[in-house]
Amino acid sequence: MKKAYLGIDIGSISTKGVIIDEKNKILASEYLWTEGNPIAAVKQLLKKLEVQFKKKTYQIVSVGTTGSARKLVGAMVGASVVKNEITAHAIGTTSLYPDVRTILEIGGQDSKIILVEDGIVVDYAMNTLCAAGTGSFLSSQAKRLGVEVEDFGKIALTSKNPTNIAARCTVFAESDLVHKAQIGHQKEDIIAGLCKAVVTNYLNNVGKGKKILPPIVFQGGVSKNIGVTKAFEEATGQDVLVDQNSHLMGALGVAILAKKSKEENVFSFDITDMEFKTIGIECQKCANHCEIICVYRDKKMIDSWGNRCENGAIPIKNS
Amino acid sequence: MENCKISFPRFGNYHIALEFLFTKGLGVEYVTPPPSTKRTLELGSKYSPDYVCSPFKYNLGNFIEAIENGANTLVQTGGVCRLGYYGELHEQILKDLGYHVKFINMSKADYQKPLTFYNEFKKINPNLSLKRISSALLAFLKMVASIDEIEDFVRQNVGFEVHNGEMEKLQDAYLEELKTCENKKDVDKITKKYKKKLKDVKVKKPKKLIRVGIIGEYYTIMEPFSNHFIEKELAKKGIVIYRWMNVTNSVLKYDGKKQKKVIKNYVKYYMGATSMATVYKAVEWAKEGFDGIIHVKSFGCTPEIDAMPVLQKISNDYKIPILYFSFDSQTSETGIQTRLEAFYDMIMMRKEQK
Repeated sequence: MKKAYLGIDIGSISTKGVIIDEKNKILASEYLWTEGNPIAAVKQLLKKLEVQFKKKTYQIVSVGTTGSARKLVGAMVGASVVKNEITAHAIGTTSLYPDVRTILEIGGQDSKIILVEDGIVVDYAMNTLCAAGTGSFLSSQAKRLGVEVEDFGKIALTSKNPTNIAARCTVFAESDLVHKAQIGHQKEDIIAGLCKAVVTNYLNNVGKGKKILPPIVFQGGVSKNIGVTKAFEEATGQDVLVDQNSHLMGALGVAILAKKSKEENVFSFDITDMEFKTIGIECQKCANHCEIICVYRDKKMIDSWGNRCENGAIPIKNS
Repeated sequence: MENCKISFPRFGNYHIALEFLFTKGLGVEYVTPPPSTKRTLELGSKYSPDYVCSPFKYNLGNFIEAIENGANTLVQTGGVCRLGYYGELHEQILKDLGYHVKFINMSKADYQKPLTFYNEFKKINPNLSLKRISSALLAFLKMVASIDEIEDFVRQNVGFEVHNGEMEKLQDAYLEELKTCENKKDVDKITKKYKKKLKDVKVKKPKKLIRVGIIGEYYTIMEPFSNHFIEKELAKKGIVIYRWMNVTNSVLKYDGKKQKKVIKNYVKYYMGATSMATVYKAVEWAKEGFDGIIHVKSFGCTPEIDAMPVLQKISNDYKIPILYFSFDSQTSETGIQTRLEAFYDMIMMRKEQK
């Protein structure tokens, strides 16, 4: 049996998974929507990954999780590594592009910039309090315009005269978009304008004060939108690389971290048949009322978190 | 008139010194607001303008909870930013809510001129004896300085305890014992005792120490609940934490001239509130080769927003990573964890490469 490693990136909008071998080669990969239910999404993801790789040749010996539901899913799959998405993305990308200096990342609800020097992260920033210029903004505008978000990039490229759209805030951008459409701007120009607005917003918020040096790699779900990639190239005056697996970098990174951890627990796909449930309890032991999350596997509690002090700790009974 | 039961918003561990000052110096009863919790913030937010900085909300929550515990006289301080208007606004809001309390607004008192406080204190107790208050004030100042000194020690060592929790326990016991002080001599004696106890706690420090400095806005940096216990989180990861900002350094031993000299390449004019100190410590720590700096502020704190472009320049000039946190009444715990973890990973990897 050869060793394999599983990395799962559970974002707010989409859930990604990869299985790699000892040489970081991707053996299987999958991408699907989280739809507000990370546990169901991960079960679905695992079912799809299971059929993609040779179970007779490879054995998954270590699992890593990242993304906003990393802790929950980490408890569920018994992960060796539970890592924040900034580190995971940086590890994933530098494994494929060791010379990269700037990683631009736009996901469903968040966006980040990671600056790299000699393969080491030297600075980063992540958007706060505001989802302007992220994937979910683009998909809601696509719906408004009656086009598929997947076609956005292609349509944007056909525009010769992109419409100027206020980029500062999602709400303002939306009303500006409606206004421009009503006064007769072409749909492709508006779409191209939206792609530009995303880039302007990104550079003014997340990228503020950061030196964007080449080589630049663009990743996350929005990197699949060629219109945004082109807008980045125009704004920075540099080539912007987009890997064919640009949406999988976080999952790849955390799979590599699981491999590096040397912590091995044979992973079984049986968990897709188990029942996982979470129950939130409000701790009543002080006025903080911490919300404690308890995770149950087949009615047995396997983990809990959320308490700010020891008083709220719920011991796990080992029977 | 009924007995005066005074209260002041809670921040850090200073309520112990304040209780001493008011009970021993002014001869009035003091009601310590209960420690800030989610309820405090919810109460404060409910009755505050949404866009006001979060310390205003915490303070208002503290006031309401102090009133619930029997306080009938509230004190608010002045300050050189929006803090200067807190008093009037808090007073008005509490009045509108129907609370009948006396409100003492200290915004006219000047921290550089202690005598101006005497005039304000006279409003609380007209029979105030100058001798009594002077002697209590000396002990009070010593108490503040000692609390800060002990905190500094804990901050830089707690991450390396052999037995987890020893220092925190000692610190709690220290603060508890401070409450028994009658004068400055007692303060000295108790502090000396606990300094020794803390030094005797077994610590194991690695050869390569990771040093991180915390800078930022006055309240958020000093009230652990409002910064989501960021110092504790960092200490757990085995980091030596430095914080210059406390009452000792910003008021008692304030040295504006020195600050101006250190930051002259970055700051030409007076910037207001804590922003000069923020830049000052960032420059000093960058020069000393710290592994990272964390900047904390409440959402919308204008003086600290002004300091941020300067910090970015310092970060570029000295190649020191700076992480920025802006805390609001609703801040996601996961978001903070993600950024802190990534910051830690980053400085660890940089360190290994060096």
